[in-house]
Amino acid sequence: MHNIALSLIELGAVFFGLGLLGRLAWKIGISPIPLYLIGGLAFGHGGVLPLDGIEGFTELSAELGVVLLLLLLGLEYSAAELVTGLRRSWSAGLIDLVLNALPGAVVALMLGWGPVGALVMAGVTYISSSGIVAKVLGDLGRLGNRETPVILSVLVFEDLAMAVYLPILTALLAGVSFVGGLTTVGIALVTVTVVLVVALRFGRFVSALVDSPEPEVFLLRVLGAALLVAGVASQLQVSAAVGAFLLGIAISGSTAENATRMLEPLRDLFAAVFFVVFGLNTDPKAIPPVLGVAIALALVTTATKMLTGWFAAKLQGIARLGRLRAGAALVARGEFSIVIAGLAVASGAVDQGLAPLATAYVLLMAVFGPVAARVVEPMARWAWSLRQRRLAGAES
Amino acid sequence: MHVEVTPLPGIGTRQDFQTRSGRRIGIVSYRDGRHELIVSKTDDPDACVASIALTPEEISTLANLLGAPQLVNHLERQHAEVSGISTAQLPITPGSRFDGGTLGDTELRTRTGVSVVAVMRAAAAHPSPTPDFRFAGGDLLVVVGTPDGISRAAERLDRG
Repeated sequence: MHNIALSLIELGAVFFGLGLLGRLAWKIGISPIPLYLIGGLAFGHGGVLPLDGIEGFTELSAELGVVLLLLLLGLEYSAAELVTGLRRSWSAGLIDLVLNALPGAVVALMLGWGPVGALVMAGVTYISSSGIVAKVLGDLGRLGNRETPVILSVLVFEDLAMAVYLPILTALLAGVSFVGGLTTVGIALVTVTVVLVVALRFGRFVSALVDSPEPEVFLLRVLGAALLVAGVASQLQVSAAVGAFLLGIAISGSTAENATRMLEPLRDLFAAVFFVVFGLNTDPKAIPPVLGVAIALALVTTATKMLTGWFAAKLQGIARLGRLRAGAALVARGEFSIVIAGLAVASGAVDQGLAPLATAYVLLMAVFGPVAARVVEPMARWAWSLRQRRLAGAES
Repeated sequence: MHVEVTPLPGIGTRQDFQTRSGRRIGIVSYRDGRHELIVSKTDDPDACVASIALTPEEISTLANLLGAPQLVNHLERQHAEVSGISTAQLPITPGSRFDGGTLGDTELRTRTGVSVVAVMRAAAAHPSPTPDFRFAGGDLLVVVGTPDGISRAAERLDRG
């Protein structure tokens, strides 16, 4: 009994502490993800205050967090939105993919982490945090802006890219050969296509399976279906996250909206635990050696996302200020970079240095992303007026 | 008028149009049913100078304010040949005497000779209301009558 009491107290302290951190984060206008990670670092191995006795709960909660993060990512866009998004924004999406996956891959290769490490780091630097981006756009009142659909369509493309990337990644992490890898790529593409077709044509049947007018029945069914699919996928050596993600895409229409509304608080809870656990499993002492690399990577990938946004907005005939806003809005990386790094670390197939590098990188980008989105416009206007003044000065 | 409908994946839709003065005006509709009124900046038409969250009541009030003058204009044009007749819009102030009362209660026709040709509510026109039509605060009555009758009708609706 004493143990249970202690566990409850520890767990309560962790949640309450996270609550305070989250409040602080939104107050100063950044995402709470970096603070959760720092909280995990502080409590973990080699941290200031190691936690004992609640590992069983936190490990499973972290798994649930990943499943819910990916399920809601799948629910976020309907199959129709994904298909139109692909058709409209493939050029911008490809620029985004090439520009932002390359830096991560190059750094991993330079550190000698091999092709699998390169694929992992490519994913970490590629994917923007759709959660942070959507929140920042809403907070800054930019949903009515002309560049906003451009930003969102890039996110939609990244969403689709994840559907192909995650199965391939998990297969390679599990250690399949090159030929096996190609087969996996084929299977992944076919699976994603099948899921999209099912969602477009028969989405209402999938939705009907989980739908219910009673909120608690609905919640239990959606969560149950997600965990079942995730578990089976995990058993089939495709990661649990991928299964949940594809289920999310297949559920559509109003069912998807209701499920999102209902699962959001659960996701926030378990995702917070996931970030803490990721921090817990990372030794804080391993971060300083990779900090230089992380900062360099952060600088380069900030520039590449700015370029992505600039080009994507330019294609849609948006003026220069709007292009800068689009670029800066895409800078934030967050939950999905950590999910990818988490999958890699859990498989044990990558270098020890990957978790600290990914942690340091996401810490930087999740803090800097929202700040970049906020300051880019005032800074551009200031630079503009400075130049005007200098030109005027030169004339007189 | 060309209203542009732009999907915002994961959020909702944006519907807007360009005014003659070059501003974009429109609505962002969220998936969960919320609405925001957006107005573009003058110096940067891609950006918005304001995005104002509106409740359903506020939307219908705004739509009434914009819609009623149009109906009045239309009627004015129709009655232009008939001298001595004019058209006006008179509000039912929330909490006033006829808020919750019927058209019959106002006895407008008997006392002022003015006819109520339509009631604007929630952006929709209810044409030719019957005497048992029940008013609600915020309704706009579109009336036709002599200028004198209309001013007396306005007074009658105001008092109370």
